[in-house]
Amino acid sequence: MSPTTQMVQDAPDRDVPASELGASVVGRGNKDGNRLFREWYEELTSAPERNEHSAYVFVMGSLAEILRSFDIHTIFPEINGLQTAVRHVADDYIAQAEDYGFSADVCGYVKADIGMQLRAGDHPMGKIPPPSLAVYTNACNTYVKWAEIWERMYHVPIFTLDIPGTRAAGRLTWSGNVDFENDRRYVAGQIGELIELCEQVTGKRFDIDKLRETMRYTNTMSEKWKRLIELNQSVPAVYNAVTDGTVFLGMVNGFRGRPEGAAYFTDLVKEMEYKAANHIGTPFEEKYRLVFVGVPCYPIFRRFSEMFTEWGGSFAGSSYLWFASGGANLGFQYDLDRPLESLAEGLLVTVRDAMDSMFYSNQNLVDMIEPYGIDGVVYHPIKSCRTVSTGLADNRRAVMEATDVATLFMESDHMDKRVVSEAQLKNRIDAFFEGLATRKVRRSSASKNESEA
Amino acid sequence: MAYAAGVDVGSTQTKAVIIDEDLKIVGRALVDTGSNVTVAAEHAYEVALRDGNIHEEGEGVGFIVGTGYGRYKVTFGDAQTTEISCHGRGAVHMFPGTRTVVDMGGQDTKAIKVSATGEILDFVMNDKCAAGTGRFLGAAASALGVPLDQLGPTALQSNRPVKISTTCTVFADGEILSLIGKGKKLEDVLLGVHHSVVSRSLSLLRRVGIEKEVAFTGGVACNVGMVSVLNQELGFEVNVSADSHYMGALGAALFAMDRIVAGRIPAGLSEVKA
Repeated sequence: MSPTTQMVQDAPDRDVPASELGASVVGRGNKDGNRLFREWYEELTSAPERNEHSAYVFVMGSLAEILRSFDIHTIFPEINGLQTAVRHVADDYIAQAEDYGFSADVCGYVKADIGMQLRAGDHPMGKIPPPSLAVYTNACNTYVKWAEIWERMYHVPIFTLDIPGTRAAGRLTWSGNVDFENDRRYVAGQIGELIELCEQVTGKRFDIDKLRETMRYTNTMSEKWKRLIELNQSVPAVYNAVTDGTVFLGMVNGFRGRPEGAAYFTDLVKEMEYKAANHIGTPFEEKYRLVFVGVPCYPIFRRFSEMFTEWGGSFAGSSYLWFASGGANLGFQYDLDRPLESLAEGLLVTVRDAMDSMFYSNQNLVDMIEPYGIDGVVYHPIKSCRTVSTGLADNRRAVMEATDVATLFMESDHMDKRVVSEAQLKNRIDAFFEGLATRKVRRSSASKNESEA
Repeated sequence: MAYAAGVDVGSTQTKAVIIDEDLKIVGRALVDTGSNVTVAAEHAYEVALRDGNIHEEGEGVGFIVGTGYGRYKVTFGDAQTTEISCHGRGAVHMFPGTRTVVDMGGQDTKAIKVSATGEILDFVMNDKCAAGTGRFLGAAASALGVPLDQLGPTALQSNRPVKISTTCTVFADGEILSLIGKGKKLEDVLLGVHHSVVSRSLSLLRRVGIEKEVAFTGGVACNVGMVSVLNQELGFEVNVSADSHYMGALGAALFAMDRIVAGRIPAGLSEVKA
């Protein structure tokens, strides 16, 4: 029995109500997440020994359900990239890619991946196998060029899923809408082509029951992911949406469509429900509740978080948990009675939502302010990704016009330490909290005066 | 009489201000920051004490707040706060009608939106690039061999600014010298440099929203050319004073006086930890 399979069978409290759980469940989400994550990388490292296939995929529209039904491993170059940054070796990988000819302006994730490919897959978490195929959507414009690099390097098929964008002014359209149905059929046709490709690559016949099984696990994960996000309305926040959230994101992508993923998120929600019921927050005192917009600063990840927690800043929400979860935040449930149609529908809805969470998140942010008790919104555009950063200044302006919430706008990078200035970040963060502190005093005085009057 | 002090350790210069209970400046100092930030802070503070004829015996200075990039190196201070809060506070104290502040220092420019009480409502700063800051003017002065205090007066002799296309401080030398090499007049080039810096700061100001009155603070506010071009581009006169350079230190001193009056650390200040 593999350790991950054991994980599914463990946790005797899985059917126990959160209120009856003991304090020992606190912290197990991070502990199990870190362990499973390491085991996932070990599994990927040893995959070639077992002649197993791997697909390079992305967090927005990985189509893990189809790939897993063919026993193809999913490898996320974005996750590999951020792991090199968190482990302080990204600059070596990026430098190697730049020496090879990639410009300083190219996305740091791409260059970290190229550096890794040039080292035959050597990575701090293991050895990443070469792809048998690559699957990507048009959710990020860089995905297309990135996959073409693998095509040239490994002479493997690359498969583009063209997902039509939202057609109704920033609002999702759903099943039943004429345009939606046309788009769904368009996506379903592409899924059919991907199935044929997977059959060619693996030599296996497509098994619709196996697809249903993976979709069932994804259904559980999506349902739990949505609940997890909602649970951080608790005061204090039960997890840090930036730091803990990154562990959860690794799990929701890496284990999508797998029993381990479904079990993990079932347990995690239990833990967070217990924490919410018992008012247990993160290890830091919560004075201000924040929402994060963008991608975190991984090269100084711990310090980046400390600069907020030192002031009592707690991230109750993050747009990253929306778009980097591939739209799992919607809690979309596949209809297992018509799996292929429903898969197309889900892909359309979730990838669109992921794109909208990058480009048009302002209304979602405004909607969070009250239920999550948000004191401030922190915008973190990054130098090497214009896709996720373009429009954040306008987004901030729109949020400030709609509410009187405080905002912070600061730029660095998610990968490239050369454009991360800790002193500059700290200065902005300190000033932001100074403003929040005076704002809190003013509001408290105003409300005292009102009650006295 | 109780006194409060603010020490603003900037990238280029360190400023110290001492105020009395009437919130009047009684002592001020300006020294080069140099390589030892703590020594510069101590030096500025001592000079300000002498300037105000204040002795540590007697009531002396009751509370010291450090600000600026080197605020954590004001080791003799009691608390620290960012220069963003301090410039806002200082500007509203000096010019009560101020709602927008543009602070231009040696390495960064800030646009700050403030309330009538000096509360920071919003701010933006230049990111990892010294274009549009005092450093750009310094590079021009160095390339052209013009003393910093003569940059503004020389530029104002021109009414035909040359368009400066580069905004990069590192490459500014080359472009400026090539313009001189093409026969452009020194004062025309310098006025162009001033316009270039102002255009960058206007971009920041627009991001927080330009609301009258606008106060111009920081070391660059001492440059008459910058004040003139900023007034011209805005279409109205900015608030500026001989003490604009000290605005950050003044704001810090005002926060320090809050502490003396209230007997506690005001909201937003971090107490210095031993």
